[in-house]
Amino acid sequence: MLAQQLVNGIVVSGVYALFALGFTLVFGIQRILNLAHGAIFMTGAMVAYYVVKAGGALWLGFIMAIIASGLLSVFVEIVCFRRLRKTGDEEFGGIISSIGAGLVIMTIAQRVSDTLILRFPFETFPVVIFKFWGLRVSMLQLFMAGAALVLVFILGYYIYRTSFGRRVRAVTDNEHAAMLMGINPNLIYSQTYFLAGALAGAAGVLVGLAFNSINFIMGEPYLMFGFVIIILGGLGSIPGALLASLVFGMGQTLTIAYLPSGLTDTVIFAALFLILLFRPHGLMGKEEAGNIRGRR
Amino acid sequence: MLSIDTLKVHYSGIQALRGVSLEVTKGETVALIGPNGAGKSSLLNTISGLVKPNSGNVVFEDTAITGAAPWAVTKTGILQVPEGRRVFAEMTVLENLQVGQTALHGREPTYGLDDVFRVFPILQERREQMAGSLSGGQQQMLVIGRGLMGGPRLLLLDEPSLGLAPVIIAQVFSALSELKQQGLTILLVEQNAHLALTASDRAYVLEQGQIVKSGASADLREDPEVAALYLGQG
Ligand SMILES: Nc1ncnc2c1ncn2[C@@H]1O[C@H](COP(=O)(O)OP(=O)(O)O)[C@@H](O)[C@H]1O
Ligand SMILES: [Mg+2]
Repeated sequence: MLAQQLVNGIVVSGVYALFALGFTLVFGIQRILNLAHGAIFMTGAMVAYYVVKAGGALWLGFIMAIIASGLLSVFVEIVCFRRLRKTGDEEFGGIISSIGAGLVIMTIAQRVSDTLILRFPFETFPVVIFKFWGLRVSMLQLFMAGAALVLVFILGYYIYRTSFGRRVRAVTDNEHAAMLMGINPNLIYSQTYFLAGALAGAAGVLVGLAFNSINFIMGEPYLMFGFVIIILGGLGSIPGALLASLVFGMGQTLTIAYLPSGLTDTVIFAALFLILLFRPHGLMGKEEAGNIRGRR
Repeated sequence: MLSIDTLKVHYSGIQALRGVSLEVTKGETVALIGPNGAGKSSLLNTISGLVKPNSGNVVFEDTAITGAAPWAVTKTGILQVPEGRRVFAEMTVLENLQVGQTALHGREPTYGLDDVFRVFPILQERREQMAGSLSGGQQQMLVIGRGLMGGPRLLLLDEPSLGLAPVIIAQVFSALSELKQQGLTILLVEQNAHLALTASDRAYVLEQGQIVKSGASADLREDPEVAALYLGQG
């Protein structure tokens, strides 16, 4: 039934948005694709799992996951990108070093989890199903959509309504001019990577709960989806990433529901191809975003 | 107030500054003129900390700031308005001005929003507009206003007339003379020597990374060599 699929699609889109926003935020400010973003997402899920397993409450696990993923993301920036930026080779060098960081994180996770699929204990998240207007919506789905909405709102408020956010946008816009106005870009980078990682970690926990399945490579498909979404939205564009998450999440849910399973990816990627044919810089991208070196 | 001593800068291969010395006293407007590629921007960027010098000293009010980070330099009250109107294009006029306040780092502001709007009324009209959509002249006014919001004790201006129509240049320079009247110390970089020598008290001529002449602006205007080379009259 269509209405049911739309509800499912919104939930999926919310998770994609959390993942993709940080991905695009980092690209916007540094013109870098952080390919360890998927591993950071996975780390969020793992941290929440181990907190719950150790007897902690789920909300505690959620908060710890957000903090841990945020810090991990800051660490990745310092280790993988900061030195490269000084040499000016971060664009391609950064891709390689962040793949490396992702592999290291995943290998550690593989060791820690013993390559097992981890599952939250039964009823970690209460199984409650609401039925109304012929729809079946679980409390978990409501929580996922609500959490995504709240986090996206907080991010938007932070970026567009606070003096910190103004500084982030200033560095994104013109780093030299921002430095001349007294902004230390390194501090801005750390804060941005923290936000990006925290959102990815939150998405990781939500996905871990939704499928009740956590493993060391769970982030990789999301890295691919995230990549598609930020290109579709326009590299570096926050509203673009939101819109593209919705388009992609809905498209994926609906094609899975209504098309033979072999066709899903074909249809989605054909549609993306068409969109990019008409809007090569993405739904809301600037022309210069495609030209990675353009802004230096 | 600002004292620069035998400053040398080279980029990979190119020597941009070959031992430049220069002084700016409180309350003065000092012009730095010279052809394209002379090293004028390199000098301002070295003062601002964007470029690290190979040798030499920059001293501001008895404190050495040689090689300090750009954000640390703004703490002392040295504010640069860069060449080429580098507004934050995707932010509103108001937001651009607010970002300027970062340079205060807790110092008392010397110009508030109202003061900036009094000097450049057009910015008040356009305050909610994206900076990228302003005309060139308005963007130049905005970057100067943004610098003022940072509480400058010394304002470094890099080619404020570049690419602007004469009417707009006149507006910008009348605003600068107003700021000068109010006691602001300015180091003005210009290729347009006539403008710079009219707007300043003293001036230095920079050629190929070296100061080749200096003196009172009124005298330099009469100097035959300067006139021949920079004032476009024989
Ligand atoms: N970042 C840089 N890297 C290499 N060379 C540079 C750089 N910036 C300026 N130069 C060179 O240094 C010289 C002085 O440039 P600049 O200071 O911009 O001069 P001006 O502002 O007087 O036009 C020029 O030859 C220029 O090509
Ligand atoms: Mg220049």
